[in-house]
Amino acid sequence: MLQEKGPMQAKEALEKYFLDNRARMLEIASFLDRIDRYSGSPEAKEDFRYKSLMKALKIILESEDERTKKVQLFFSDLSSAPLEKVTDQKAYGAWKESSNEGD
Amino acid sequence: MKVIDPHIHMASRTTDDYMALALGGIHTITEPSFWAGFDRRSADGFHDYFHHISVVEHARAARFGIKHYCWIGLNSKESENLQLAEDVLKIIPEYLDKPTALGLGEIGLNKNSRNELNVLERQLSIAAERGEMILIHTPHLEDKLKGTRMIMEMILNEPRLQPSRVLIDHAEEHTIGEIKDKGFWFGLTLYPNSKGSPERAVDAVEIFGSERICINSSADWSVSDPLATLKCANEMRRRGHTEDLINKIFYENPKAFLSQSPKFEAA
Ligand SMILES: [Zn+2]
Repeated sequence: MLQEKGPMQAKEALEKYFLDNRARMLEIASFLDRIDRYSGSPEAKEDFRYKSLMKALKIILESEDERTKKVQLFFSDLSSAPLEKVTDQKAYGAWKESSNEGD
Repeated sequence: MKVIDPHIHMASRTTDDYMALALGGIHTITEPSFWAGFDRRSADGFHDYFHHISVVEHARAARFGIKHYCWIGLNSKESENLQLAEDVLKIIPEYLDKPTALGLGEIGLNKNSRNELNVLERQLSIAAERGEMILIHTPHLEDKLKGTRMIMEMILNEPRLQPSRVLIDHAEEHTIGEIKDKGFWFGLTLYPNSKGSPERAVDAVEIFGSERICINSSADWSVSDPLATLKCANEMRRRGHTEDLINKIFYENPKAFLSQSPKFEAA
């Protein structure tokens, strides 16, 4: 049987990936600051993608395990009926309906 | 090290990319049919495209010592136009007969619409009638989970199709478990700045194990990297995974899946 679980120790993973993820945190912080700073900020913050992103941050903080899967599911269309007709080929990365659910 | 990239769109890449693949040890590749970045106006455009990937790219790759195979199918984005779909479905068998064509692909869903489902069902029945293998494209972002479930249900409802001869591509953390449980192969795609990274792909190997998983670059005409598989293999190495496991993920696994086609032979 081949070793799959990952040969690293958690502390080694912390060493290897800390700076990358510190930089990603700063990217998120400055992205949110940018939306605050530009005109039209209140409307942008009403957009379902903004609301979804803020909720995803909460999910990350409040989960004890499987954070990636939980965020993925939160961003997903959870309905099951086919779309009647394609009017917009684009995907947005978040699902309108879950962004409107209360916390 | 030897690598097989089971999903790469060489018709959109340069000759320098072929050289880089060759130097990097990526000596076997398979190219699915996909969306060209614009909707083609008639089935003639598909004739030319299928010829391109089944004959022209095969010859271009051979100049670099690379074995090139292809998958034939109508992508889901252009499936919304039913008249076009009808015309394209008629010419698919002719190209499936090519010695370089491994099966139907990449076929699947994009926005999970009725027309897309209808065209997918038609292509699945071509695969069932002919005993072809299948490479599945799953939708992106918010549409992925729903689309992946619809596709699996449709395949499992066709008794002539075996999940072990189907690879469901662009899987992510929220879809891998369901795909694997149902007996399908699954593919992880590495995109430079959106979606999957080498780190997350290696996490998936650690979490879900090394069975029935393939990792691909899906390099095409957009922001993508034909050497992404090598970078991911390097991430495994950086974490201390063994060369045996790396070889299984990047060579033995795709070889095992693809070798189910009698036309396939790995370099
Ligand atoms: Zn593709």
